Amino acid sequence: MMAVIPAGLRRVEALVRKETWQLLRDPSSIAIGIVMPLVLILLFGFALSLDVKGVRIAVVLEDSSPTAMELSAGFNLSPYFAVQPVKSMTAAETLMRRHRVDGIVRLLPDFSRRSSRNDAEAQILVYGTDANQARIIEGYAGSALGQQALRRAGEGRGDATGGHAVVRSRLWFNEANDSHYFLVPGLIVLIMTLIGSLLTALVMAREWERGTLEALFVTPVRAGEILLAKMVPYFVLGMIGLALCLIAARFLFQVPFRGSVLILIAVSMLYLLVALAIGLLISSLTRNQFVASMATLLVTFLPAVFLSGFMFDLRSMPVAVQMISFALPGRYYVSLLQTLFLAGDIWAVILPDAGVLAAMACVLLVLTRLVATKKLD
Amino acid sequence: MIVAADGPPAVAGRGLRKTFRRKGGRGLGDGLVTALDDISFVVPPGALVALVGPDGAGKTTLIRAIAGLIACDAGTLTVMGIDVATDSQAVQDRIAYMPQRFGLYEDLSVQENLDLYADLHGVTGAIRAALYPRLLGMTALAPFTRRLAGRLSGGMKQKLGLACTLVSTPSLLLLDEPTVGVDPLSRRELWEIIVRLVRDQGLTVLLSTAYLDEAERCDQVFVLHEGRILAEGPPSAVTGRAADRTFQAEPAPGQAARILQSRLLDDPRIVDAVPEAGQVRFVISDVIPDPAPDVIPAIATTVATTVATSPLAGVSITAVAPRFEDGFMVLLRQQDAVPETPTPANPARDRSDLLVESVPSGDDPGPMMIEVHDLVRKFGVFTAVDHVSFAVARGTIFGLLGPNGAGKTTTFRMLCGLLSATAGTLRVAGLDVRAVRAAARQHFGYVAQKFSLYGQLSVAENLDFFASAYGLQGRRKRERIDWALHHFELRSLMHLASGQLPGGFKQRLAMAVALLHEPEILFLDEPTSGADPRARRAFWQRITGLAAAGVTVVVTTHFMEEAEYCDHVAILDAGRILAAGTPASVRAQAPADGRGAATMDDAFVAIVEQARARERAAGGTS
Repeated sequence: MMAVIPAGLRRVEALVRKETWQLLRDPSSIAIGIVMPLVLILLFGFALSLDVKGVRIAVVLEDSSPTAMELSAGFNLSPYFAVQPVKSMTAAETLMRRHRVDGIVRLLPDFSRRSSRNDAEAQILVYGTDANQARIIEGYAGSALGQQALRRAGEGRGDATGGHAVVRSRLWFNEANDSHYFLVPGLIVLIMTLIGSLLTALVMAREWERGTLEALFVTPVRAGEILLAKMVPYFVLGMIGLALCLIAARFLFQVPFRGSVLILIAVSMLYLLVALAIGLLISSLTRNQFVASMATLLVTFLPAVFLSGFMFDLRSMPVAVQMISFALPGRYYVSLLQTLFLAGDIWAVILPDAGVLAAMACVLLVLTRLVATKKLD
Repeated sequence: MIVAADGPPAVAGRGLRKTFRRKGGRGLGDGLVTALDDISFVVPPGALVALVGPDGAGKTTLIRAIAGLIACDAGTLTVMGIDVATDSQAVQDRIAYMPQRFGLYEDLSVQENLDLYADLHGVTGAIRAALYPRLLGMTALAPFTRRLAGRLSGGMKQKLGLACTLVSTPSLLLLDEPTVGVDPLSRRELWEIIVRLVRDQGLTVLLSTAYLDEAERCDQVFVLHEGRILAEGPPSAVTGRAADRTFQAEPAPGQAARILQSRLLDDPRIVDAVPEAGQVRFVISDVIPDPAPDVIPAIATTVATTVATSPLAGVSITAVAPRFEDGFMVLLRQQDAVPETPTPANPARDRSDLLVESVPSGDDPGPMMIEVHDLVRKFGVFTAVDHVSFAVARGTIFGLLGPNGAGKTTTFRMLCGLLSATAGTLRVAGLDVRAVRAAARQHFGYVAQKFSLYGQLSVAENLDFFASAYGLQGRRKRERIDWALHHFELRSLMHLASGQLPGGFKQRLAMAVALLHEPEILFLDEPTSGADPRARRAFWQRITGLAAAGVTVVVTTHFMEEAEYCDHVAILDAGRILAAGTPASVRAQAPADGRGAATMDDAFVAIVEQARARERAAGGTS
């Protein structure tokens, strides 16, 4: 039996070498494995941001009192708004219909008078086609108006007995409310999914399509060795992708990292194994590159975007969708990443999530091994 | 037979059965296909054994079963005494297998491919060091070890595939159609390697082949038909079936051999007929024992009395020695005496129906339908087609012959306006293809190498779609589809998904589709590649009929004997025309031994070898 082990190792080594050459010589693998992660990092880092800045807003001053002017100036000075002063509501509405502005702040003619009685009213109209953005603009405008009231109170001009409630909000873990803080962990999930599943989904199917497996099968090589050899180079590529993301997170986007890097690497390895197993499983089952890539996109990549909780809050989704998300590895990995990046080594989160990922990896790898037999039918 | 009988047989099968489910798709119905039907056989060790048979006979299934790649539904199968069903890995450790589509890694170099298989087989150190020079020398691949496998020519790929399967010095070598799609030159080289392996190393080789002349070189042959073994034994046993039945006829002056051949095929008493070196070789179904010269006219009379207008009347006939192919055809004919299913080879008897309105104008060679002058096509620095010129007259058949990668398909694509030419002039039906592509396209039909059919659509749906695509409508469309279903005998299969059709039927459907709009010119790119002899006879009979009806046919092939069906041929190699003219004049051009080559195969090999030698002499060591 001793002689068997080196022979098996030698075969795996030869196959790994073959896979690596193929990976390096195939422009599309390089594109998906290296270029796309880089594009995603740049895209997420610089172009895609859920922060709203420079909102074009029309301020309708129907009252020209100092109070109203002060308020208008407050909008003007804020980096979040680009103010366009208009004289009448009609003009503002025209701008809004043409989508020349994203919102209207209207101060009614008696604003200053009523403000002294503490029942002043300002109207905020938001261009609501993008619900997320609308809510953010509404919040910004509301807090800008609130700050005005606060300032007045601080200066003793307001009536402290007026029962005027002021909302004091504070964001934990993401004090700057910078969307990079949660987008970057999400980016890692996307890149690991991309390399882990999408690339491997192609490799088995490619060998089926090109008929290379038929010759490979009739050699001493074992099915498990073929699978192992397919995983190694893509595992390495995935870890390179992870390193790129971590470097970008730390130095490009200055996302804080509060957990342990070793734990992060460990859980990433677990997730990568799950992703690789899914890719190989789909690839072995479909034996067709096109079907395999579409299936993988549906099963791994899109859920990683929409149902992992990195971009859209899972708690606000219908129960049925939430249940589905529990079956998706991305959910656990996102939760792990967000915890490790922004909160720290919180074992109560890490252990169960990592446990689920480990279990998924085991089940999927065994399943893949069972599906991949050296038979053509 | 040179067979060592000691030790367990290399392969032994008993009562093997295998059925596949054929998926028809929605509304098209499923069906069961019996690939192996109670097969029992023994391959003795050290023998060179061939599996021959028509498409879909079960050759590939049997080889895959022996390789442990598919499990049989019933029966026992052992390889060197090891049960394949229970211990397929042990079998796979000991044998070597080259699939039909050998899985070379095209993005790896020749050396890397060899290394991979050597590592997988655990061939290392001194053994490897001794093996490589031998394999590379044998396959003449030594100068190309750094080249990517994807950049090799078809013949070289095949040889590299063989080298990769031989790294393990197996005791049994399985080859599934190792020479299909390979030019005659490479085919000869491959066979030399195989024969040497059997003779020098005592290797057992089991191979399947569509080239029946190859079966003749084996110790033992199994003729497979519809999943059963029709005949087994030395090739002479099969050849013997055509003994005293094989003759050669000299067509009347001015008559093309293919016309006589086509008419002979229509005679139910003629088993087979092929044009060969200007003559027609034919096999009759009744034995004429020991035909003395004076009996031969009697044969003509015998045949003549059965058919009112005998094609053999007034034709001189000589008896010739039978070949394996002749015996094979007799065997198949006997099998079909009680036909259960319509066979693919059942060509249209009444070819006058194939007439496409216009009829050629007598003796006048007619206008040139295709004129190609100084055609050049470059892909980057690589010149695929290098100053090619030829012309094809109306109602004639023009054959482009050449090895894989010679530039045949590229030339075709330019003729059809699918690819633009780098330089040169191209006139099709009097129109400049480079200027008016769309208008020129109305005049021709194109059958691509892989038959551009929609696999998920049924036969009828494919016809309907292509008829509409050609702009046919209403009554005329219905008439043409009806014509296609009738003349290509597709009606019984019209609701079957075209992807599920056997090869021969797929080819017929592709041809029917290309003829729907009654084109004046038909382009066929390797239409008979991988087809068995009967399907090829049926195909050429249709082509002969079309040409007689005035359709101009341009065809590429690497079955050299098919050149005999053509009026004119051109041999293409490395993008250049090496020889052109009538088949007879091309044979005469061959430098063989001063008096020309006997067959087109020999002529091809001689001409290509001569051209390459001249190239080497001129180019030095470039």
